[in-house]
Amino acid sequence: MTSDLSYFDLVIAGVGGQGAVKVSDIIGKAAVSDEMSVRAAETHGMAQRGGSVVNYVRLGCELGSLIPCGSAHGMLALEPVEAMRYIHDVSKDGIVVMNISPIYPVTVTSGQCTYPDPKEIAARIEKDYRVVAFDAVALARQAGNIKTLNVVMLGAISSYLPIAEETLVECIKNLVPPKTIDTNLKAFRLGRETTRQ
Amino acid sequence: MSGREYMLGNVAIARGIVEGAVDVVSGYPGTPSSEIVDTLASMNERDFYIEWSVNEKVAMEVAAGASMAGARSVVTMKHVGLNVAADPLMTLAYMGVKGGMVIIVADDPSCHSSQNEQDTRRYSVFSQIPCLEPSTPQQAKDMIPYAFELSEKYEIPVIFRSTTRISHGKSDIKLAPVRQKTGEIKFEKNPDRWVMVPKNARVRHPHLLSIQQDIRGEFEFSGWNELSIEAENNIGVIACGTAAVYAKEALDRLGITASFLKIGTYPIPEDSVRQLLAKTEQVIVIEELEPVIEDQCKVIARDVGFETEIFGKADGILPRTGEFNVDICMEGIARAFGIDSCECKPATQAMELPVRPPAMCPGCSHRGTFHVMKKVFGEDAVFPSDIGCYTLGIQHGTVDTTLCMGASISVASGIYDAGEKKPICCTIGDSTFFHTGINSLMNAIYNKSDITVLILDNRTTAMTGHQPNPGMGKTATYEPTVEVAFDKLCSAMGAEFVEVVDPYDMDATEDVLQRAKAYEGVSVVIAKRACVISAAREGIRYTPFMVDTNLCKGCRKCLKFGCPAIEFDEVSKKASINSMCSGCGLCVEICNFDAIMEVKK
Repeated sequence: MTSDLSYFDLVIAGVGGQGAVKVSDIIGKAAVSDEMSVRAAETHGMAQRGGSVVNYVRLGCELGSLIPCGSAHGMLALEPVEAMRYIHDVSKDGIVVMNISPIYPVTVTSGQCTYPDPKEIAARIEKDYRVVAFDAVALARQAGNIKTLNVVMLGAISSYLPIAEETLVECIKNLVPPKTIDTNLKAFRLGRETTRQ
Repeated sequence: MSGREYMLGNVAIARGIVEGAVDVVSGYPGTPSSEIVDTLASMNERDFYIEWSVNEKVAMEVAAGASMAGARSVVTMKHVGLNVAADPLMTLAYMGVKGGMVIIVADDPSCHSSQNEQDTRRYSVFSQIPCLEPSTPQQAKDMIPYAFELSEKYEIPVIFRSTTRISHGKSDIKLAPVRQKTGEIKFEKNPDRWVMVPKNARVRHPHLLSIQQDIRGEFEFSGWNELSIEAENNIGVIACGTAAVYAKEALDRLGITASFLKIGTYPIPEDSVRQLLAKTEQVIVIEELEPVIEDQCKVIARDVGFETEIFGKADGILPRTGEFNVDICMEGIARAFGIDSCECKPATQAMELPVRPPAMCPGCSHRGTFHVMKKVFGEDAVFPSDIGCYTLGIQHGTVDTTLCMGASISVASGIYDAGEKKPICCTIGDSTFFHTGINSLMNAIYNKSDITVLILDNRTTAMTGHQPNPGMGKTATYEPTVEVAFDKLCSAMGAEFVEVVDPYDMDATEDVLQRAKAYEGVSVVIAKRACVISAAREGIRYTPFMVDTNLCKGCRKCLKFGCPAIEFDEVSKKASINSMCSGCGLCVEICNFDAIMEVKK
């Protein structure tokens, strides 16, 4: 059940280094420009070193930054296993936008754990949620730099956010390194095309 | 700067410090507190002094000295840092201050990045220093100027308790104007106040007790405490910090109304507690970590003879460990008041997922140092370690103990003193060595330990976000300063075996560690190589490496090295190097088949 104490509760799941904080910054700043109150929670410290990262952004919310279990309106997953790890935060009618290209943790590369099939993860999530799953690394590469993966994903979720597209684009321009603005805007457009109805 | 901005809680706190017209800021980095000083130190212009001190005790004393001279001062640290600073804290309570002094301590319920989850409010009760606790980043900012005024009014420092979700939460923040500086900076001699010999301390102790009632009286009418009585319902909630906003959301989601007291000050507003207890039959106290408010509410209820039932941690309705959230509050409230809570709980994971622990970065020099250390000393040797990025070496079997900052060397001595016969090699980072490792090394040398001390000098305080330290020749604001030389410092303390090595040169490192191991007494080896993140930021680039699949035998030896840039293809049964490779080349040494080489341009 989603909450009426917030317009839109978003979970951002990923791996340290993928730019999850940057995405939540762009969304948060854009929401403030659009006159909304925002609450967000971020993972710092240990998780930056390639660990599992989950951030919350609550748009139009004046309470705490943590989203109650099973009530997020949407999820932005930068990595498939991390989508599965935090899926219980999302409401059953929620939208899940996920990248299906994996990043293997050291526990997998060193043979201690196995990595499930990303298609199988997407299929499991599709049983209970509305899912848009695609290879965001390929789109980021197409945009010109695989580091824009986070902005590709932002473009994809943007169709569902209660924020004007122009406001998001303006915030991307302000928050990414000046030399990378064009690449990032292309990444945003490519991502948005995956979900534009 | 005015209007509304989207800010990190710690940035909002930094803004509150500026708005409150601070004169001196000190601190020691520690998650989740570090960004406060980082933010203030990176300002282009400032009209106050700022430093990273070498540890929290020093930082507290710098801020105390500034305050004695009439300056407004702030000291920042994480919760465990307050243990290091507890000595000046306890006597500063007696001595008091002149310029407003705010002690900002960030607690970490759930140990997101900490070795324990102690509750700073206990120090407030213990030291009788008042404490302020915000519920939101906005309140955090707004409380700081008030904290200065409170401190000056009662001439006592004020503790400001943040938690991870305040410090690392983000929110839209309404800014306020920066206040004008008013205080005159002048140290006035007054031995009765500033010299805590027994004669003076005996006078200051009753003084400290006497102002408690005045401070409590002020807090009864403070806007930081909010009481609302719900006449229709005889249940009540008392909550503080971020738990107060979770509790409000929980009540809303449960669809119930209750009288509510939000507490933001310690000592707590006892009259408000009494008013709430008088109107209710059942009350739940919701606070993260220790039952500080709960215990006091029970005392108040007994003193006035109220029969209100008080629920909380003592009865197990709420947990005493970990951070809270809306779900925990809903469950607690529902259990206390006998309401059905049909909300979801996290279902057990339908799929087995690989764990993803944080790891040392690709190209981290510590990986090379640890590899050689294990090779030279043997897997069976004892490896006491310390607090920093290198604690991640726990996954490689190179971290056998981690107690607190600076403890690696003293723990190594203790293990040796106990009669352990295996070789002992302890590791400690550069910033941690300056923090409290120096004392331990002096002790080990003085008391004739036979251990090897490996100082992992990556030229920065990496784990908390790359803050400068005395080994870098840079201050908090990146002005050039003296660069403390580890080797000379260790020699001056009496160490006779002191060598500096480059951990990217594994052969040379191995040779030095062999000699250090053989040396009888304390041998010190300084493994010096800049953190791979700071090196990259300074534009240092190396050619990445690749695996020649014709030469790779699929032995997986390189994978055991634990570098995130090395992967294994289960289909071809060959290793490969991904785009994360930073070009350190350490894995070339690991491969027995010369299959790893630089990518040809």
